[in-house]
Amino acid sequence: MDLLRFTTAGSVDDGKSTLIGRLLYDSKSIFEDQLEAMEESSRRRGDGNVNLALLTDGLKAEREQGITIDVAYRYFATPKRKFIIADTPGHTQYTRNMVTGASTANLAIILIDARKGVIEQTKRHSFIANLLRIQHLVVAVNKMDLVDYSEEVYKKIVKDFREFASRLDNIVEITDIPISALNGDNVVDKSEHMPWYQGPTFLYHLENVYVGGEENHVDARFPVQWVIRPMCDEWHDFRGYAGRVAGGIFKPGDEVTVLPSGFTTRVKAIHSPDGELEEAFAPQSVCITLTDEIDISRGDTLVKTNNPPHVEQDIEAMICWFSSKPMPPNAKLVVRHTTQETKAIVQEVKYHVDINTLHKIEGVTGFSMNDIGRISLRTAVPLIYDSYRRNRITGSFILIDPGTNETVAAGMII
Amino acid sequence: MPNYQLDQLDQLEAEAIFIFRETAAQFENPALLFSGGKDSIVMAWLARKAFWPARMPFPLVHIDTGHNFEETMTYRDEFVDLIRANLVVGSVQDSIDRGRVVEEKGVNASRNKLQTVTLLDTIEENQYDACLGGGRRDEEKARAKERFFSHRDDFGQWDPKNQRPELWNLFNGRKNPGEHFRVFPLSNFTEMDIWMYIKREKIPLPSIYFSHERDVFERNGSILAVTKFLKPQDHEPVTRRVVRFRTIGDATCTGAVESTAADLDDVIAEVAAARQTERGTRSDDKRSETAMEDRKKEGYF
Repeated sequence: MDLLRFTTAGSVDDGKSTLIGRLLYDSKSIFEDQLEAMEESSRRRGDGNVNLALLTDGLKAEREQGITIDVAYRYFATPKRKFIIADTPGHTQYTRNMVTGASTANLAIILIDARKGVIEQTKRHSFIANLLRIQHLVVAVNKMDLVDYSEEVYKKIVKDFREFASRLDNIVEITDIPISALNGDNVVDKSEHMPWYQGPTFLYHLENVYVGGEENHVDARFPVQWVIRPMCDEWHDFRGYAGRVAGGIFKPGDEVTVLPSGFTTRVKAIHSPDGELEEAFAPQSVCITLTDEIDISRGDTLVKTNNPPHVEQDIEAMICWFSSKPMPPNAKLVVRHTTQETKAIVQEVKYHVDINTLHKIEGVTGFSMNDIGRISLRTAVPLIYDSYRRNRITGSFILIDPGTNETVAAGMII
Repeated sequence: MPNYQLDQLDQLEAEAIFIFRETAAQFENPALLFSGGKDSIVMAWLARKAFWPARMPFPLVHIDTGHNFEETMTYRDEFVDLIRANLVVGSVQDSIDRGRVVEEKGVNASRNKLQTVTLLDTIEENQYDACLGGGRRDEEKARAKERFFSHRDDFGQWDPKNQRPELWNLFNGRKNPGEHFRVFPLSNFTEMDIWMYIKREKIPLPSIYFSHERDVFERNGSILAVTKFLKPQDHEPVTRRVVRFRTIGDATCTGAVESTAADLDDVIAEVAAARQTERGTRSDDKRSETAMEDRKKEGYF
């Protein structure tokens, strides 16, 4: 069984909670006692139907108490697939949450209220999904019951969205589906109210959409996490490099270069407790031995010699600022990139992006919470990287405030 | 072109192993909290894999209430040998002897609550700066927002309002002196994933997870085993029944369930059905019967 990680974003009134509730309910992923509690609450509130949004009630209670809400992860499975939902409520830390949820997702759900059509929030979601290089979008045009299941309304929204989305260069596939999360139309079961819609239901699409090839299987990259030295008689001279393949495919005999030192050697073997492997690819966690003894430690990266990454101290990146404390000009921060950590200084802020209009705002010097923009970063030691567009693992980093140890920004290398 | 895709268990395993290695690399003195239950057994199994062929670079820490099922202790020692781990035992009896805690009195006396003190003392004495735990996000609503690397301030408190965002494969374990982290490599496993993984990896489990005959009696609706730590009162008749345990805990308060699930497949089928009523209040016999049937009809298992 394979795994699909997707992200949803939005506010309460666009029906996101109801949609997630409907998925869990109709896929029978809800415990009976949860369902009973929900039915009971719905009865007490006087709701006509079972209020599926109540499934996220815990979060609502928190909201009422004024606690900051952030990304919540939810799980459900059908006989076809296991799903991990990164559910990101919209509010003041909206951008930060959406960016966090999107960083590990293969697919994003864009919810549109059929009565409102494409609004700024729709554009924000789509922009961030594209920025984080999510290649698959599902545009769920919700609340179709409130526009009399009108094909005309739906077609207009789809046309508006596609026009806007043509500027989003990372998105490779968009599927749009007219639904009513409240009544269940086209969520799990095909709607009887929209005979004009011939496409898949929402769940059918999630179960069947092909998201293979998200990992980079071309550029071989292996950031070393930990050196394994058993120090025992049985494995006397064993010196293995433990890590998670970040890209490409490694096989015994491959010529590899160790960066940043530049020494070249060959892969001797790829080890696992269940025996040696013939090859290793992303995102496998393995242990690699080499034919030569070279001084290698955490933070070094093994790459195939004929396909080197960038090794530079001057980095151009898009960042999203997370901290409520603004970034001052020329901030000195710690950058964590693959398994490496080093100091860095922000040399220049090139521009911010207004994520509602996609316009560039120039002449800015710092960042406040939720700001997205482009910077030049100078690192104390070279980063071994690919562009984020080419590889999400070797192209991403976080910035840490050395004073508070907080994660203050996320970055994508251009 | 081969299909370079990992199935869900392989993905979860690769992710957990990555977290174990990050923990070893980013902290000076980590420890794995080992209860002897299925989640912590899977944790230890994955830790063994993460550092193989070397031994895992941190100990298993077991808080021993002294009121264990014999089978659990036998299992613990065999399993620790099998995965070649170091075991550190924090003893509740020691805490009682040293006056750190006071033993409960009465017919329902249990050492369940006392073990928290022993655990925190053990962490402090050994100066562990990261404790690896088997918590999963599917367990409850609040856990759904827990991080892989969960920061605790110098009072050991979790501040859910102020968690560090976790993106991609990047985990920020930086801390000030006195602070520590809880680390949860199994965050993305569901209960069913745990069982499927145990089955795939053929991980041995304590025998009391499977059905067996045992002398039991009922108290407050629970089926309790007769052990040297727990005796029935005069009005509590002892019967011999076929039971198993769903969780592994103190012999004084861990209830058994009547079950004929004798192997992993049986247990998995039972868990799949029980998922609907595990936390419910009604008696689950009749309902789990149909629930299991319903699930099978839908194509599960």
